[in-house]
Amino acid sequence: MQDRNLSLSNILFNRSIQGIFYQIVTLGLVILAIIYIVDNTARNMVARGLASGFHFLGVEAQFDIQMTLIEYSPTSTYFDSFIVGLLNTLLVAGLGIFVATIVGFAVGIARLSPNWLIAKLAEAYIEILRNIPLLLQIFFWYFAVLRALPKPKQSLEFADSFFLNNRGLFIPDPVFGEGGVLILYSFIAAILISIGIAVWSKQRQNKTGQTFPVFYSSIGLLISFVFLSMLATGFPVTFDYPELKGFNFKGGIKLIPELVALTFALSMYTASFIAEVVRAGIQAVSLGQTEAARSLGLNPNQILRLVIIPQALRVIVPPLTNQYLNLTKNSSLAAAIAYPDLVLVFAGTALMQTGQAIEIIGMVMGVYLFLSLMTSIIMNLFNRFMRVAER
Amino acid sequence: MIIRKLTILSAIISLFTVSAATAGTLDTVKGQGFFNCGVSQGVPGFSNPDSDGNWSGIDVDVCRAVSAAIFGTPDNVKYVPLTAKERFTALQSGEIDVLSRNTTWTLSRDAQIGLEFAGVNFYDGQGFMVRSDSGITSAMELDGASVCTNLGTTTELNMADFFRANGMSYEPVVFEKADEVVNAYDEGRCDTYTTDKSGLAAQRTKLADPDAHVVLPETISKEPLGPVVREGDGDWADIVRWSLNAMIEAEEFGLDKGSASSTCATTGNPVVARLCGKEGGNGAALNLGDSWSFDIISQVGNYGDIYEANVGASTPVGLARAGSPNASYKNGGVLYAPPAR
Repeated sequence: MQDRNLSLSNILFNRSIQGIFYQIVTLGLVILAIIYIVDNTARNMVARGLASGFHFLGVEAQFDIQMTLIEYSPTSTYFDSFIVGLLNTLLVAGLGIFVATIVGFAVGIARLSPNWLIAKLAEAYIEILRNIPLLLQIFFWYFAVLRALPKPKQSLEFADSFFLNNRGLFIPDPVFGEGGVLILYSFIAAILISIGIAVWSKQRQNKTGQTFPVFYSSIGLLISFVFLSMLATGFPVTFDYPELKGFNFKGGIKLIPELVALTFALSMYTASFIAEVVRAGIQAVSLGQTEAARSLGLNPNQILRLVIIPQALRVIVPPLTNQYLNLTKNSSLAAAIAYPDLVLVFAGTALMQTGQAIEIIGMVMGVYLFLSLMTSIIMNLFNRFMRVAER
Repeated sequence: MIIRKLTILSAIISLFTVSAATAGTLDTVKGQGFFNCGVSQGVPGFSNPDSDGNWSGIDVDVCRAVSAAIFGTPDNVKYVPLTAKERFTALQSGEIDVLSRNTTWTLSRDAQIGLEFAGVNFYDGQGFMVRSDSGITSAMELDGASVCTNLGTTTELNMADFFRANGMSYEPVVFEKADEVVNAYDEGRCDTYTTDKSGLAAQRTKLADPDAHVVLPETISKEPLGPVVREGDGDWADIVRWSLNAMIEAEEFGLDKGSASSTCATTGNPVVARLCGKEGGNGAALNLGDSWSFDIISQVGNYGDIYEANVGASTPVGLARAGSPNASYKNGGVLYAPPAR
């Protein structure tokens, strides 16, 4: 009887062995399919005389880019153009997330306001913006903004140093002279001391129950430190003012209309989704929590800050992460209005000049995947940190 | 037993992997009864759809000529509108068989990205358009200007070269689609709009007030535009190349759309007789019927016919041919076809 268990038919009809067998076959098929696709692509590329490999990254790009955060010229390499595009994408995504979060939270809370007018305005904002395709909104803001703004020679100006026209917003560029470093140091010192105060006040509150106005004292510290250090060094900051020369303004910091329109469109659109996420989060905290907090004697501000928001964030953070990911990926629509992001510069111009579609699209996909995964990781860590400890 | 199963399985899979070879484009095209031609999304005079979706233009006529040569009728073409950015990938991947979309012939495109240029159907050069009231009369006055153009063209490289060579600064504003470039330029986003001069003439017709804009005299580059095919299919490239050459040679020997039938019936000139398909066996050499070139000339026209009908002085695009490089070599141009024999 013992050796019948080991016979061939028993092995063949054993459920778990069959299961393993089919899994191996499936895995094998997937691997073979991948090998087939890669091999076929490589052969077709050779047959059609397509260049392959990443040598092109070291070749001079020979084209210009409108807005670069690093030093770049036509003699820079394709790899430099990749970095320029990447940084521009990060810039617009970062700005977009920042603005969308603030506007989204404000509108989401306004949607729950007992004031009828505010609540309905917030609702109208959400329903209009989230139901119009984003690309149309980008075009609307871009061309609406362009049409409304004057030509450079009739610029709107403020205090002879801020200029707004259809080529962008020009603001003075602060140039730090001698002693400028001291201001930076005192700024950092003020932040460190503020953190110290926050830790100390928390400990004191745990021990004695007494609270300390951390927020206001930090603001006071920052302002007084920076002001005092500037006084001590004799105001070493000068400004490089924009000046009208020829076609346009030169000098100063320039914000191109493409960046403004894209940031605006992305953040307003995403904010309408975030607002709903925030509303759902707040409504998920039962009314009993508010009543209980009130009966403990907390004031409305403390109820919101200490009871409602920590519990609402549990619900808000995961869908909020989705919205951040969407915003980052939607920023690739930039190409439509000439904002030089990764897709326009690298998957556009560089791809056209080199013709190496597989390598370049692969790199661009890799970047978006990496950015999205990093956003997810950071938000998941934040979520774990914010999670209410359940006892 | 398991091993045997796996062996059979892998044998089947290896069968799939060997069948990667492809049939020639001509056979495929003849089999399906039409071919796919990549064109622009709308450049008047070159490739532009009318309100009924019928395409016309000098680039479209190259596709129609190829269709006439293969099928005896110019209409067996499916037009695929492409952005400048998409065009080469569409050709490489086999989505289209001919790319006839004002595409500049350059070394890197020819040698590096798997394309084969089949000739030149329009000699162009890059220029600048500005508003008349800006007072600019020369491209050398453009220092510091904002320049609108579209993505994925030689234009971007040429303007970088031009401004660098002349020590001038500029702000490139690069859009993905031509229509958005025109829009942004019209809204005043840029001081100047740059692309091939024929493109400027064509896009100018789309501006709110075409007469308020002038094209500056400088031509900053050479832009030989022509049809493109995939590298590695010489027979198909030959058909496209000689369809274009036949139109150029037909003009040289006075064979035009209107009179092709009557001239062919009476001609004693051996060159004309070859173009009429009566002598020489050109058709067999290209794997086509003998009347291939006659079909092109009688149904699409010779080069002069398609030029005047689409971009000539009497059209809205209004590019006079006399004195331009697109005139026949006999009239001081550079248009010159190798003999069709």
